[in-house]
Amino acid sequence: MNYSSKLRDPTAETSPTRRARLAPPPSLDGKVVALMDIGKSRGAEFLDRLEGHFKSAGVATKRYRKPTNTKVAPAAVMQTIAAEAQLAVIALSD
Amino acid sequence: MIEMLPADGLVIVAKHECHTCVLVEPVMRSLDKAGALTVITQDDPAFPSGVSRVLDDQQLERSFHLKVEAVPTLIRYEGGREVGRTVGWDRAEWTRLAGAAAEGEGLPAWQPGCGSRSVEPGVQEALIARYGDPGLASREIPVGEWDDPIEACYERGWSDGLPVVPPTDERILRMLGGTDRKPAEVVGLVPPNLAPCTVEKVAINAVMAGCKPEYLPVVLGVLEAALDPLFVLHGLLCTTHFSGPLVIINGPAAKAVGMNAGVNALGQGNRANATIGRALQLIVRNVGGGLPGGMDRATLGNPGKYTFCFAEDESDPDWEPLAQRRGIAAGKSAVTLFHAEGVHGFIDQKSRTPEELTRSLAMGLFGVGHPKLCDSGNAVLVLSPEHYKIFKDGGWNRRRIEEELYQALKRPGRDLIHGAQNVPEGLPASMADKIVDKFQADGLLIVRAGGPAGLFSAIIGGWPGQRVREECQAVTHEIR
Repeated sequence: MNYSSKLRDPTAETSPTRRARLAPPPSLDGKVVALMDIGKSRGAEFLDRLEGHFKSAGVATKRYRKPTNTKVAPAAVMQTIAAEAQLAVIALSD
Repeated sequence: MIEMLPADGLVIVAKHECHTCVLVEPVMRSLDKAGALTVITQDDPAFPSGVSRVLDDQQLERSFHLKVEAVPTLIRYEGGREVGRTVGWDRAEWTRLAGAAAEGEGLPAWQPGCGSRSVEPGVQEALIARYGDPGLASREIPVGEWDDPIEACYERGWSDGLPVVPPTDERILRMLGGTDRKPAEVVGLVPPNLAPCTVEKVAINAVMAGCKPEYLPVVLGVLEAALDPLFVLHGLLCTTHFSGPLVIINGPAAKAVGMNAGVNALGQGNRANATIGRALQLIVRNVGGGLPGGMDRATLGNPGKYTFCFAEDESDPDWEPLAQRRGIAAGKSAVTLFHAEGVHGFIDQKSRTPEELTRSLAMGLFGVGHPKLCDSGNAVLVLSPEHYKIFKDGGWNRRRIEEELYQALKRPGRDLIHGAQNVPEGLPASMADKIVDKFQADGLLIVRAGGPAGLFSAIIGGWPGQRVREECQAVTHEIR
């Protein structure tokens, strides 16, 4: 990424400038996994297979879909996922 | 950039909007014919006309590196080194540096120049940020080409929930221009993490809060007061109680930065009031690491934890301002910090004498914390002009009001103990035979503020942490 501007850190600089990724949960017990189809071809096929694996492992899933792959997901879709699921798998590409 | 200039010859820095630069335009043409001349033009690439080598410096990079303070500036180079410089139009100096071609026949012998665009207000800091060394120690946080810097601040957790002004180098340098203290000076250790806070970190957070550079000395004074161990900032942050720091400014600094002590003094709309209080909270958040839900354990909090800051109305010479009452010399600026919950409105439109109003105010003040409690914190009473007039017309000054209220805030313990008035909350049964003060002897801070109309005053309750007077108090510090 090209950086076009820079800011100065207002903090005591005790943590890295890049935020750490969230650690994966130690277990999927009781979790709901969102399966997000962004509308690329064969994404649904990939998610069908994943859904089958999750189901056989006893993990609950919910399916979501973007209206179009050319734009970011509407806020309502992201808010619904955040409210209903704790993890998400995005079928990113074909 | 120096290599773009001739190793030997003349350089003139000029701008079209400068009358003196326009005056010497024929001289520049004459020098161009006589030898190597480069004109660096700050505002108009077509100026001066008739000169073969004109460098466009609308970005002011060359002017910055040449340290030009006024135009026209004539510089002579020999062997790649500057050997002479003169500012403005001075025939003797120009001919000394440039020879007979600089005679300027028909021109006056001398005319002062104009300020360089590179030293106009705010420009110098921007040029340092762009082309120089800002000398800042805080680490750089790059922002992506398409990212909104305000959103970048949110994502990094630097905001109190409202947008912050992105702390760019030029804004920080302008802010630091508001003080003569060194950026590296450590102001103190900010809780809860007890992180060292430099003047530079204060400036960065003041930028983010929206402060102007002239507020910075006040913000520094506020922080120094907040770090007084007697103020117990750590405990105030960690408490489940509502309270946060209330900032009251007295003295010339309040007027100098345009603080509001009048209409809506406790409300919104004044930049200094809003941003000075906010800067303190951002410092606690960002430098100290005091985050709601982390070390800030407030059950409910209060809106004043975004910012709670105002100035005292010192317009009446008969009134002893709060800071003087608390030991600061007259004419000095000072900050008083109080552990404050929200504003509780007090209405009395019927009292006409000081005695009536005192009894009435006491009824309102009994409600601080809980009407039956006497160790639930002290209070600030913000006396409005119309209520103050009742006292003043009766010949009461600050000391009299304080003493009368102190006496009016005494009650028999039997009315306040557990179960009294059929309310479990209350004082221990052992207090039943005592006369109990609502506040400590100096626990009620009276301050004047507010608009001219309205028989309303404000009661601002304190923090139960104040009950051990030796450990925790409101503090007042002079602003340096």
